[in-house]
Amino acid sequence: MSTVTEPQPETPSSADQLHLEPDFNRLNEAPVWFQQRVRSAWEVYLATPVPAAKTETWRYSNARRIQLDGLHLAKEAGAEDQQRAVLLSQGISKLGAKLVFLNDRLVHASADALALGVQCLPFAEALRTHGDVLEQYLMKRESALGSTKFAALHLAHVKAGAVVLVPKNTVQELPIEIYHWVSGENAVTFPHTLIVAGEQSRVTVVDHHGSLNQEHAQSIAVADLVAGPSSRIQYINVQEMADKANALHISSTSVGKNAEVQALQLQLGAAFARSESVSDLVGEHSRSEMFAVTLPVNDQVVDMRTLQNHLAPHSFSDLLYKNSLADNSRSIFSGLIQVAEGAHYTDAYQKCRNLLNSEECEAVSMPGLEINADQVKCSHGATSAPISEDELFYLKARGIADRESRRLIELGFLEDVISRLGDEALIEDLDRRIEAKHG
Amino acid sequence: MTTEEEEIADIKVDSVGDFYFPEVHKYDAGFGVGEKTVDYIADVKNDPDWVREFRKKGLEIFNSKPMPTHWATKDLENIKFDEFRYYLSSGEKPKRSWDDVPEDVKRTFDRLGIPEQERKFLAGVEAQYDSEAAYSNIKAAVEEQGVIFVNSAEGLAKYPEIFRPWFGKVIPSSDNKFSALNSAVFSGGSFIYIPKGVKVKHPLQAYFRINSEQFGQFERTLIIADEGAEVMYMEGCTAPKFETSTLHSAVVELVALKGAKIQYVTVQNWSSNVFNLVTKRGIAMEDAEVRWIDCNIGSRLTMKYPGVIMKGKRARGEVISIALANSGQHQDTGAKMVHAADDTTSNIISKSISIGEGRATYRGLVQIPKHLKGCKNNTECDALLINTSSRTDTYPAINVKGNQHATQHEASVSQVSSEQIFYMQQRGLSEAEAMSLSVNGFINDLVREFPMEYSVELKRLIDLEMEGSVG
Repeated sequence: MSTVTEPQPETPSSADQLHLEPDFNRLNEAPVWFQQRVRSAWEVYLATPVPAAKTETWRYSNARRIQLDGLHLAKEAGAEDQQRAVLLSQGISKLGAKLVFLNDRLVHASADALALGVQCLPFAEALRTHGDVLEQYLMKRESALGSTKFAALHLAHVKAGAVVLVPKNTVQELPIEIYHWVSGENAVTFPHTLIVAGEQSRVTVVDHHGSLNQEHAQSIAVADLVAGPSSRIQYINVQEMADKANALHISSTSVGKNAEVQALQLQLGAAFARSESVSDLVGEHSRSEMFAVTLPVNDQVVDMRTLQNHLAPHSFSDLLYKNSLADNSRSIFSGLIQVAEGAHYTDAYQKCRNLLNSEECEAVSMPGLEINADQVKCSHGATSAPISEDELFYLKARGIADRESRRLIELGFLEDVISRLGDEALIEDLDRRIEAKHG
Repeated sequence: MTTEEEEIADIKVDSVGDFYFPEVHKYDAGFGVGEKTVDYIADVKNDPDWVREFRKKGLEIFNSKPMPTHWATKDLENIKFDEFRYYLSSGEKPKRSWDDVPEDVKRTFDRLGIPEQERKFLAGVEAQYDSEAAYSNIKAAVEEQGVIFVNSAEGLAKYPEIFRPWFGKVIPSSDNKFSALNSAVFSGGSFIYIPKGVKVKHPLQAYFRINSEQFGQFERTLIIADEGAEVMYMEGCTAPKFETSTLHSAVVELVALKGAKIQYVTVQNWSSNVFNLVTKRGIAMEDAEVRWIDCNIGSRLTMKYPGVIMKGKRARGEVISIALANSGQHQDTGAKMVHAADDTTSNIISKSISIGEGRATYRGLVQIPKHLKGCKNNTECDALLINTSSRTDTYPAINVKGNQHATQHEASVSQVSSEQIFYMQQRGLSEAEAMSLSVNGFINDLVREFPMEYSVELKRLIDLEMEGSVG
């Protein structure tokens, strides 16, 4: 009889633990529940090994890319860098509120047009003033897509980020923008975003993650989205880290009865970018739309894992991820539609489309279905192909040069996703970022 | 009831193949697998030294290799390797004439309709009973064309110069734990060689029957179609229902040389105690085609992912599969397509039906490595759920490198619509008949790919499985 052996994960080295050990003294003024959660998160981090190469949630990827050895907690930046961070934090012209963080420290806060009762608070302030809300929602869902260790490290260190609270029956018309910048060689930050939308409320939040300089750095970000009954949250994550940096974004969404959440990942920067997005459809007639646009170049790797978790009857989800790959870049998409027992009349879709633009690029697609209820309509699809020669010919026949034709087709391919956001100012801003990346 | 019928130990006839005869064995390797088992089998079969070595190496790999626990079903942990018998044989040589086949074995295959099929439309047939072939015959006209169709022991002994270069080359022993186990204790299976340019008009067939309790069947099949040759091979499998589990772990290797075509058709109807863990793979050289047509009914757990390695330019690989999972069954099936040359194309069409508490899983792999051009893959997989506690999963992985390929994958899950059932009931059909019609409609386009005799049988088997499943 043979023995059954799991892939052997790697335990963190003591040096790595030492560099990243939280300053527990800073917790003295924090609520007791938070102190306890930070301490137990640190224990989970220490006890959890780095996922092994064969771990299913890291298939075709490599958790060692999120190298913790040699990293240190981001230090307070000088006044000049702080000013630069604020200057660079320009997105949509008309905003409800804006928070700018540099190295996990607030450097700018403005609230120009927040609807009555809407709160957009820095994490530290929210912990003092709305501890009960944070206790109820802060990282309550366990990481399901492979980053238990990194999520625990985030919780052990979280001190910066935005807490957006939208009361019942309130519509926040203008978007809220959050900027998280990192500077310093080998610095690591832990940006957090918590959005709680009350019954029949509505809000749009754009979360930016960027590097101030071209150094190697790491961002381990977490977003918690809680959509109350009949509410609507629109959440956009824009990642524009430096070419040498790594970015990890773990998001967890809970969609209540008749509620709707639309989330988009725009992954533009970083050497290695991984996003893990879970959408729990917990209420009847809930809707979740999950979008992503990536256009990796050079040696960039974009690794995206998703879960559309249908827990209630009559829930709807749609996922559309589009990757346009150039040079030696790689994209990995692994998505799962999971329908729980009793979640009848589920309607779920999932599509991953890869545009292959070079001889060296590589696209891995792993769309998945796990269905435990019978009254369902679920489908998924994945395609990988280059630009069609017919389309190119059509444009070239109209006098558009080859390079320009390819650019137009590529932008059109990605625009299909961006345009689904429906908000012109938002679409314009994201298009500008895509064009800038395109050069 | 006649005396003959009374001799049948289990008279349940609610599914095809669910009956067995008392065991009469001259050779029995006993329970468990180890060095002694391997030597016992090698001694009984009078293996040449290189085969004995091959077996020993297989055993070593089997012992050292872990179960695929990080993704596979936990039910694998319930396999108690020490509780199986790895070789059982009456010691009889395979008979060339049906009349010479021992009475009990003959009755088994008579009942399953083997001789009729042979007379009607087969070019040759081999029937394996537990570990060894009981009957092996090929039509004279086919034999005269130089076609070799024998059991693997005979292939090893008589045709080593053709057999050995490809044996274990498409699926090395180290491929997975079960291919290693098969390498250690293999017995039976077919060896087929089709000479250059020969197109065998009628199918060759093998029939695998597990008759004994707590038994492991490890046949090994190697089919080589030489340049420009064509062959269709069909296999059928059954086992009676026992209280204890049974293990079936075959290795099937196909080699389609330049311009050759191999079609491999499987209709399995294992009883619900069988662990069916099979490794099947083909190599297709330039302009060659390997086509797997696979129907999985029954078994407790089937793990089977037929694959094609397209090694030559313009080679083609195809897997067409139907899986039907009833309560207590898990059909974990799928396909692997490895493109290893320019302009290769592959197609996967998979349909599954989950009934009662049955679980059907599709697991796929499509790989197009770098520096190739013009490769294409199409994958379609559809699942049908019949009852509220039925379950289905889909886990494909598509890995494409470079900008000169195109792949597309689509999967859908649905249930038989109540409107459809209502419509048919309005026209006088019972609910069960309506359901059966819907299910047959769901798989109809794939069933057409099976040879006619098989498609009729298939529909009948599906109807049997569907009985009482409504509601």
